Formats: sequence, C-alpha cells, structure tokens
Amino acid sequence: MSAYDIFSSHVRDNSPVALATVIEGPNTGAILVVTPQGVVGGTLGNDDIDRVVARDTAGELEAGRTIVRHYGPHGESTPEDLVETDTVRVFIESFSPPPLMWIFGAVDFTAALARVAKVLGYHVTVCDAREIFATRRRFPMADEVRVTWPTPMFTERGERLGPRDAVCILTHDPKFDVPAIQGALATKVGYIGVMGSRKTHAKRLERLAEVGVTNPAELSRLHSPIGLDLGGRTPEETAISIVGEIIAARTGREARSLGATDGPIH
Amino acid sequence: MRDLLDDIDRWRAAGKKIALARVVDIQGSGPREAGASMAVNEDGEVIGSVSGGCVESAVVTEALAILAGEQPSRVVTFGYSDDEAFAVGLTCGGIIHLFIQPLEW
Repeated sequence: MSAYDIFSSHVRDNSPVALATVIEGPNTGAILVVTPQGVVGGTLGNDDIDRVVARDTAGELEAGRTIVRHYGPHGESTPEDLVETDTVRVFIESFSPPPLMWIFGAVDFTAALARVAKVLGYHVTVCDAREIFATRRRFPMADEVRVTWPTPMFTERGERLGPRDAVCILTHDPKFDVPAIQGALATKVGYIGVMGSRKTHAKRLERLAEVGVTNPAELSRLHSPIGLDLGGRTPEETAISIVGEIIAARTGREARSLGATDGPIH
Repeated sequence: MRDLLDDIDRWRAAGKKIALARVVDIQGSGPREAGASMAVNEDGEVIGSVSGGCVESAVVTEALAILAGEQPSRVVTFGYSDDEAFAVGLTCGGIIHLFIQPLEW
C-alpha cells in the first residue's frame, strides 16, 4: 500500500493520523505517516530524521495541532545543532477523529440540529429511550441512533467525551434530562446544552438540587436554556443558534456582530 | 484534506496525475487555517479551497506547472494585495504560505 492509501484508510476509519511532509530542504515532498502507535508509512529519507519527526508528530497529533517544525538533515533539533547545516522544514498536519455530538431526545429539533452538526463535521449520535421515535428513518443524517436511557449511555462510553465534544439535551422531560445532565457533568465534555423555556430551566434546577446537583461550578457548565439569543423559532433556526453557542463557547467570544466590535476577527 | 479524499481516490483510479496544495502557514488575517487544501488534476479539474477565493486560480497555475515538471514541489507564498495590476494576494491583508507537490506518495 502507498503512504496515501495508508493515510486515507486511517482518516476514513476515524482513527487519528498525521502527515509529516518535508516542505523545504533535502527530500522536499517526502512524507511520513504517523499514528499514536508510531510510523505506519513513508520515510523522510533516513532513520534518524524519521525517528525524531515521528516522536514530535505523535505529540502534535495528541494535541490536535498542525504546525511547521525545523530539523537538521538527521533530525537534529537543538538550535546549536542547526547552525551551518541544511535546514529541513517539516509540515506536520494532524487529522484528529471528528468531534462527537450526542443529542438526547428524538424530536424535530433533533433532526435539524443533527443536520447542522454534520455540516460542521461532528460525528452525531441521537439517543432516546422511546423505540418508536429513535429510528434511523427519522434521523438518516445522524451517524448513529441509539434506543437507550441516558445513564447506560454515559456509563458505557461517557469517557470518550472530551473538550471538543458536545452533549445537547433536547428532551424537555425531567425523567430523561436530569439523568442526562448528571451523566454529562460526570464527563470532560466541552459543551452541555439543555433545551427548555426559562420556566422549565428553573424547575429543572429544583429537580437537579433534589438529586444533589447544587455545586455552582458544575451548574455553570450547563448552557440552559440552550442556544444564542438570535430570536429564531423554527427547528433549523434553533439549530443554528445552538451550534453558534457551541462555537462561541469554544472561542470564548461574546457572539456579537463584528460590525459592533473592534479587534482581530480570527 | 478529509473532504478531498473521495475525489482524489476517483482521480487516482482513473490514472490521473494530481497536485496537492496545502496551507502550511498564515501570517496576519487569513480566511482559512493551516491544513486547508485543494487538489488539481492534470485536466485542470479542481477540488477544495485554500482561501476565500483570492488565490485559488494562481494556485491552479502553479499546480499545473509542477505537474508538468516545469517547477519542483515547493512552498509558494502569496502576500499583500496591492493596487498593481495582476498582483495576487489576500484582500484581508494576510500572507499565506502553501506547499504544492504532486500526489505521488
């Protein structure tokens, strides 16, 4: 198999992989394909540089970073080793698996949110305990539809969730959303949004208090009511306001119009 | 590059020569991040994008020259856009560095 075939099969399998490419210096254009387990294809020209670049690339992949690094022809990387020698510039490009979005509640808002999340590159799982609602037929755009209660879902695979991922709880039903919130708070997930009116939100806080969720630091992780204040009503408009809030939560921005703010855009 | 794989596979299956252009670095304001990519085949078909449409046609010209063996694989830089005719740059004022190479690996 070629380096490209090895690389593309990892990307398709959603398993983490990185490309290290010599963009300047001896062997310009040479490629090394690296996974967290080590080199799986290609070479940059000699074993020494392959070993050093593979180690650095695995580190960048772990962090999900894409960056240019500089080496000597045999992987020398300390500044004194790089004096009076050819410099090899290596472009390290990380291909992390797509972020996860779990949506609880199989409602119309769910279909719209799943569609928009797919546009942003999420791997989307729709989860509802009601067999007649949680069907592939209703959510063909989701990557996965699970008929289950929240607690077993989080017990089984909550540890997969990390800072890039999102849990959106659209059920409105306390017997479903309280365990979903508890489950999500026990994970490292970056975004937790819960749908409902302000009244529903207030009642939900009471129910959470009844089951012992009162820690302000924990409660501050909840985006509830879910979404930015765009004034939209339809499931599609709501979906946009939810993913807008997810992006703003990640970047730490206030999500105002650029026309009303100063400073760098990116 | 993830989004390009289906088309690249199709081109490879058809035996087409392909050039791959990837953004390796951006200075200042730029519409896309490092890793944004596009691919050009020997027939001049294009997939993907590397900016907001500012430098794509210049990248196609470079990519075809590399595929034809007239230029080596290399880093190509597009800088400030100015008022001179034919200057290629980003209207947002950033500098974009791309690595363009034949996809022969």
